[in-house]
Amino acid sequence: MSLTVASIESDKKAALSALLNAGNLDDLKMARLAHVGDKSPLAKANQALGSLPGSERAEFGKVIGAARAEVNSAYGEREEFLIGERDSKILAAERVDVSLPTKRGSVGGLHPLTILTNEISDLFVGLGYTVAEGPELESGWLNFDALNIPADHPARTMQDTFFVEPLDSGLVMRTHTSPVQIRTMLDRKPPIYVICPGRTYRADELDATHTPVFNQVEGLVIDKGITMAHLKGTLDFFAAKMFGPDVTTRIRPSFFPFTEPSAEVDFFYRGRWVEWGGCGMVNPKVLQACGVDTDEYSGFAFGMGLERTLMVRHGIADMHDIVEGDIRFSQAFGTGTR
Amino acid sequence: MKLPLSWLAEFVEIPKNVSIAAIAEHFVSVGFEVESIENAAENIKGPLVIGTVIAIEELQDHKKPIRYVELDCAEKEHRFVICGATNFVVGDKVVVALPGALLPGDFAIAARETYGKTSNGMICSSRELGLSDEHSGIIVVNDSALKNGDDAVAALGIDDPIIDIAVNPDRGYALSIRGAARELASALKVSFKDPADSSLSGNLKIQGSSKPIAVVIDELDGADLIFLRTLESVNPNKPAPVWMQRRIQKCGMRSISIAVDITNYVMLELGQPLHAFDSDKISGKIRVQSAGKFSKIKTLDGVERNLNKNDLLIADDKNALAIAGTMGGLDSEVTAETKRITIEAAHFSASAVAKNSRNHMLSSEASRRFERGVDPALAEVASARAAQLLIELTGAHYVGVESDGAMKSTPTISLNPASIATLIGYGYTDGQVAIALESVGCLVNQTGKTATWSITPPNWRPDLQNTADLAEEVARRYGYQLIPSLLPPVRITGESGLNSAQKRKRAIAIKLANLGLTEVQTYPFVSAEIMKLLGFTGDRAKTFKIANPMSEETPFLRTHLTPGLLLTAQRNINRGAKSIAIFELGSIFRNLTELKPEAVISTDKRPTGTVISEIYNSVPKQPLHAGGVLGGQIENAGWWGKGRAVSWSDAVDMAATLLDEMGATYKVSNTELAPWHPGRCAEFQIDGKPVAHAGELHPRIISELGLPERTSAFVVVLDAVPFREQVSAPKVWTMPAAIQDISLIVAETVSSADVSEALKTGAGDLLESITLFDRYDQVGEGKISLAFTLVFRAEDRTLTAEEVSLLRESAGSAAVKACGAVIRTA
Repeated sequence: MSLTVASIESDKKAALSALLNAGNLDDLKMARLAHVGDKSPLAKANQALGSLPGSERAEFGKVIGAARAEVNSAYGEREEFLIGERDSKILAAERVDVSLPTKRGSVGGLHPLTILTNEISDLFVGLGYTVAEGPELESGWLNFDALNIPADHPARTMQDTFFVEPLDSGLVMRTHTSPVQIRTMLDRKPPIYVICPGRTYRADELDATHTPVFNQVEGLVIDKGITMAHLKGTLDFFAAKMFGPDVTTRIRPSFFPFTEPSAEVDFFYRGRWVEWGGCGMVNPKVLQACGVDTDEYSGFAFGMGLERTLMVRHGIADMHDIVEGDIRFSQAFGTGTR
Repeated sequence: MKLPLSWLAEFVEIPKNVSIAAIAEHFVSVGFEVESIENAAENIKGPLVIGTVIAIEELQDHKKPIRYVELDCAEKEHRFVICGATNFVVGDKVVVALPGALLPGDFAIAARETYGKTSNGMICSSRELGLSDEHSGIIVVNDSALKNGDDAVAALGIDDPIIDIAVNPDRGYALSIRGAARELASALKVSFKDPADSSLSGNLKIQGSSKPIAVVIDELDGADLIFLRTLESVNPNKPAPVWMQRRIQKCGMRSISIAVDITNYVMLELGQPLHAFDSDKISGKIRVQSAGKFSKIKTLDGVERNLNKNDLLIADDKNALAIAGTMGGLDSEVTAETKRITIEAAHFSASAVAKNSRNHMLSSEASRRFERGVDPALAEVASARAAQLLIELTGAHYVGVESDGAMKSTPTISLNPASIATLIGYGYTDGQVAIALESVGCLVNQTGKTATWSITPPNWRPDLQNTADLAEEVARRYGYQLIPSLLPPVRITGESGLNSAQKRKRAIAIKLANLGLTEVQTYPFVSAEIMKLLGFTGDRAKTFKIANPMSEETPFLRTHLTPGLLLTAQRNINRGAKSIAIFELGSIFRNLTELKPEAVISTDKRPTGTVISEIYNSVPKQPLHAGGVLGGQIENAGWWGKGRAVSWSDAVDMAATLLDEMGATYKVSNTELAPWHPGRCAEFQIDGKPVAHAGELHPRIISELGLPERTSAFVVVLDAVPFREQVSAPKVWTMPAAIQDISLIVAETVSSADVSEALKTGAGDLLESITLFDRYDQVGEGKISLAFTLVFRAEDRTLTAEEVSLLRESAGSAAVKACGAVIRTA
């Protein structure tokens, strides 16, 4: 066998061409066996070097080495390319329709009243208040007497109370969360900053705007130097957080046995005044019944219906949706994440 | 309280430029919500005139009586109209709408042919004019002050607007024209003329010859003052003048007879309820007394009532005459034959009348006023006013007055005027404070150099008792809009944020929502039927009964969350839901302690610690539960496959997940408990006490309620789960783990939890985890096979095969010993 530069060059070209023309990894394997492996012309040429005289050996050695390096490199590139091409095909074949439905189980959610209660609790906790709770079946003394609603006062019949048998137990379904205020004043020393959310009961027929079982949130502040201006400021803050910064509130004189002076609070929202709740300065008689020193402390209290707040804010037209537990209604509110 | 503007204007100088809407605003600003403003004239367009009935022709052969009436309306010729009413006679004055008139409801009057005659107008009823709901006949106005052809709108005061205000329970005085007028005058800052003229009484001259009826108050707690004025030669059949009838009607009451109309008119004007007795039906003296021996009375509404011993009565020597302050008796009422009338005006105790009213389920115009407080000074004045009207309108002769009791003096209030600014947060001047208090009728005594004033509230304001009461009067006079808006400087109270129970409740709710359950809030009222269907027994059947439930069907309070949850699930299914996953967090009510009669506890000062504990202990415990119901598919069918139906294990997993969330350590075992399937109910215990139950519901309940097969439920008693200690961080060892499987055969009555527990104990501290990966029960003879994977790991070394093999053997031996297991060899 005679080695010439031209024949080496020709073998290299043949090898490069075969590698480049390999259309897939199988072809490439064939090309590798023919042009890169031990039996390829370039390998054979390399083996033939040993039979050449020293000066030629060095010269051809260089040429063959360079040619083999070029071919090996071309093989590597081609192999990488073909592997990539094969993998792409597999991935392309594995394409799916990602818009297929993926929800295998049911979607849960919190009741919007729970979400609202949490929201209100958080905003008052942010002001430094704590959240106080109490029982729904409650002592008459805590629900009425201590709140300056004596047995024969017309205010007691104002609230259609559910009584529990036997009647002489005095137990009632609480008509407001105010007994929680009394419990708080009996249990803690001022300063007191609490809100009392919870379920309350009055004998109203269920209709589009009433329900015998409803939720209230009340606020109670007892501290030195508390004035009606602080009540107003707190209501303004609360209304803005509930209905946005543009909401306007007003208070007007009213009557509640447990506050003096008393007021109704309204807010102006989407073009109309909406009655929101009652409020006032805690009646000194209530403070006395709880042992709060009226010379040192004064306080305010307020109470709103959560259903009313929810209905106005979310455009709920019918109370039935809130009380019936149809999951389609609550699911719309999710867990309250906005 | 309905307030005709003309009546208010008699006592308030209403400036000309103040509109009816502005008057309404003023009432709102001083604390009276305005329910409505009515002006019947707005819906009437003339001509509407007074006419006299000249002749009546009764038309025959019609299904109902039809009259063809000749009227003199002061026109050139008499007018003839058809009329279906029969409550009038020739000579009566009536209200005639002439052709061209437009009545409420766009009812156009025109001449028309009807019943074979030409009807040239219409004789009107009150309802047709929008004056009241009265439609029993046409309006008859036999008042000599009215002339034929007079404009009836003016004559009947139809163009007099009526403002209806809501009166709060502390403002009884405002259930009168007098009280409302005083409020309006104060709000408008104009002068007020008090209609309660104290000179009236002295001006009555005795003309009659008979003796006035005597009176005595026996029950001193029931009344402190009573006046009886007796009149003779009364003509009880003369109708009240039209202006009086119309005012009574405008205030929402009915005209009855001259005597009753006068007492009602005076009550509406002054606020003092009055009663007129036929004096000749009174035996001896009138007494204010407890019912005592009197057991029955027939009241004016025709109802025969049984009296309670403690009812407060007006009685004479022989009979109960009236339920004091509430309703008169039928036997002593004024009739067409009455010759002598005794007007009674008393100051009854508010609580006595409240009890009367409550005992007899009888709320009257009188009782509403007495319950809210009546000015004690009015008994004398109002009775005199009524007597004067009887004299003027019926020609009665006054025979004199008898009275008992005396007016109590009003306690004074010490006031530091600066304290009002301190409470309200607005700097009223001393002058402003004084003016405001005087405008509601207080005597303000500023003598002396001290800062303290002495305030005497007026008789009609029993609600004014302390500085706060006075502060409200000042604040509302100048308007609440003056008060600034400030957030209080919240001070550190030593507590902050939500407490552990509140945080935990939130976390549980969000956990359940994220597990795919939707929260519901059900009424806690349940029926006996559902309690029975669910099969509650023992403590769980001990309910409370509501004495006055919304529905007689559901008078009981829930003792468990499942009744409400299952009925809500049923509602959703009935509305088309195929699957249901709902939960509720709420209190339950079990009647487990003896309920004692409520003690009478003063509110004058803080109760003692012992009494406070007694109050708290009188309230039954109402533990917080978390419950849920799962039915239908837990995983829906879809392109991925058939999905999976709910099973008992899903409910058990929910309960376990909640307990895990709370960091509880618990044991699970089978139990039999309603409303669950007796073989598919798990009980979770902490320290031997049950804290949760879960599993498949009893198939009978599922079928009865029409729920999906295998519907399952869980209930966790949140209050029974102790709060988690601060978590100690687990040790995360990084050496390789060694995995060993072990299969055991046990009796089918042995619980997998017990086997797992035994394996754990035997495996020792190097056991990292244990998982049951297989279970089959076709081994025969009541045996089952359980297969576990044990993962071992050491902190400091790779465990050798020998070590791990020994640990596995040790675990197996423990299970053999504890559970009678047989280890399967591969």
